[in-house]
Amino acid sequence: MPETTAQPGDDPRRILGRYGEELAARYLTEQGWRVVDRNWRCAHGEIDLVARDGDCLVFCEVKTRTTERFGGAIEAVDHRKAARLRRLVAAWLQCHDERAGRVRIDVIGILRPQAGRAQLRHLVGVGS
Amino acid sequence: MTFGRTRSVALEGLVGTVVDVEAHRSGGLPAFMLGGLPDAACAQSPNRVKAATASIGRSLAQERFTVNLSPASIPKNGSGFDLPIAVAVLAALGLVPAPRVREVVHLGELGLDGTIRAVRGVLPAVLAAARAGCRDVVVPVANAAEARLVPEIAVHAVDHLHDLVTAYGDGGDRLALGVPDTAPRPATPQAPGPDLADVAGQPEARTALELAAAGGHHLFLLGPPGSGKTMLAERLVSILPRLTREQSIDVLAVKSLLGLEAAEVGVEFVPPFIAPHHSATQAAIIGGGSGAVRPGSISQAHHGVLFLDEAPEFRTGALQALRQPLESGQVVVSRARTAVRFPARFQLVMAANPCPCGLGFGKGIGCTCTPMAKRAYVAKLSGPLLDRVDLQVQVPPVTLSSLGSAPGESSAVVAERVARARAVQADRWRDTSWRLNSQVPGAFLRRGPRRLPRSITTDLDRALDRGHLTLRGYDRVLRLGWTVADLAGRPSPTRDDLGTALTLRNQGPVAA
Repeated sequence: MPETTAQPGDDPRRILGRYGEELAARYLTEQGWRVVDRNWRCAHGEIDLVARDGDCLVFCEVKTRTTERFGGAIEAVDHRKAARLRRLVAAWLQCHDERAGRVRIDVIGILRPQAGRAQLRHLVGVGS
Repeated sequence: MTFGRTRSVALEGLVGTVVDVEAHRSGGLPAFMLGGLPDAACAQSPNRVKAATASIGRSLAQERFTVNLSPASIPKNGSGFDLPIAVAVLAALGLVPAPRVREVVHLGELGLDGTIRAVRGVLPAVLAAARAGCRDVVVPVANAAEARLVPEIAVHAVDHLHDLVTAYGDGGDRLALGVPDTAPRPATPQAPGPDLADVAGQPEARTALELAAAGGHHLFLLGPPGSGKTMLAERLVSILPRLTREQSIDVLAVKSLLGLEAAEVGVEFVPPFIAPHHSATQAAIIGGGSGAVRPGSISQAHHGVLFLDEAPEFRTGALQALRQPLESGQVVVSRARTAVRFPARFQLVMAANPCPCGLGFGKGIGCTCTPMAKRAYVAKLSGPLLDRVDLQVQVPPVTLSSLGSAPGESSAVVAERVARARAVQADRWRDTSWRLNSQVPGAFLRRGPRRLPRSITTDLDRALDRGHLTLRGYDRVLRLGWTVADLAGRPSPTRDDLGTALTLRNQGPVAA
């Protein structure tokens, strides 16, 4: 597990989010993907991860939970969130000079229970 | 396994179509999509299915399912698709063996805790499934009694989704759930309804009632309030022949669409007696309603009696809408997308007061109605509707002297004569499509092989000549005359029989 750079007074939810994104980035790198961008912000919101899977540019939304009591991490991405991600992708492509044959949106859900190993679930191509 | 399929039945009126319920599990964001023309209740099914499967320990929160009800072009109504959708989903998850559920028909609504609840229309749905060659059907326990009326299909009754999953899990080639002993049973036949012996006096009305039962003639009773019109009409079903098993199932199928209790299943061999209130709308009388088309009073009275008390108080539209079903024995409710057909072969009994205030009988001393009000009152029933009513009799107020007389015959005695008269008719018309005198067209009686000699019809001919009787009225007297003869055990009507028939019609408010 990677160490998070927690600072005193930091919001525990942000710490958890950053932990999840770190884990997701490591996971994608292990898959042989190249991480292009992280935590890119614009007026529409934030893109957690941008990575390159061969010819395909993948935009990742990372959701991290410590418990499934209030629904799983993946469940938190509904069709409204998916629509927002599509707008964000368009905005990112306008601002960057990255060439890509295809573009895709993935969701990575991470469950880190109080005890035991963290679980990662990767949904491929949820944009449409 | 990412695919599951099972069967259910979609109903349009009483006509059922076997529907394939398919569930496809795929990757992607969690979702539950339902296609195949569901109505509002059916479209909410995914919510109930998700909760019910969660209650048996399998959450669908993280899953993506596409469910289709095929053929997708037929409208699917109601909550009865909950159970088949859940079973198809469980098959796609591998929780029930997919090959075993594929050919089984499922009907039932799911509670959020996984209980399986009763739905309407189980009887016609199971009939459709059996006709389509399905061998097994799973129904809610509360609907087991009606489902078991259908031969040649194995009925399995469950009251919780968990029990069904367990039953599918227990090896064997075929589902062996059956119907539990705790399921509600059809009630044993109860005491017969009101008896004709209760009616005081009214010899003429009793004769008319007996003739109506024997020949299947529609009946119109005219008399002041309190003279016993309603009492007489209620007792018509007690002297009609009991229904055959097939007829009973027809009656129960209509009832099932409106919700049928298990206790009602066994006692339906007496013909139905349906008496809608005069404020009923046209849709309530002939069928209709928003969403799924529901059968009206005339279809509930199929094989039985439809009684319209205070007939002139009914809406004109509702009365006029009776004409077509009276002719064809069925009713077609047309919608933009579909036309639904219900059976409606009923015997019509109408009752009316002589005038709006009800006192306009005899010399009419107490009557406060204006002549215009009286005319408008009776005019409501005139014309094509009364043309179809062979028997029109007056029911006078009960007199003190008739109360002292011996009680009249009981229903059982009269029913026996009615049954005999009906057997004679069935034998006489055996080579035709008619079974009762009331169904025979007048022209056939006037010109066909059953034409009566002049010497017998002479009184009628004279009445026709003088304009006392229209040709339509002439035909009705002939039909009724045959029933009078059948009841008396004579091979064909005599001059006296026709005379009796002549007095038992044309006494209504309107000459026809």
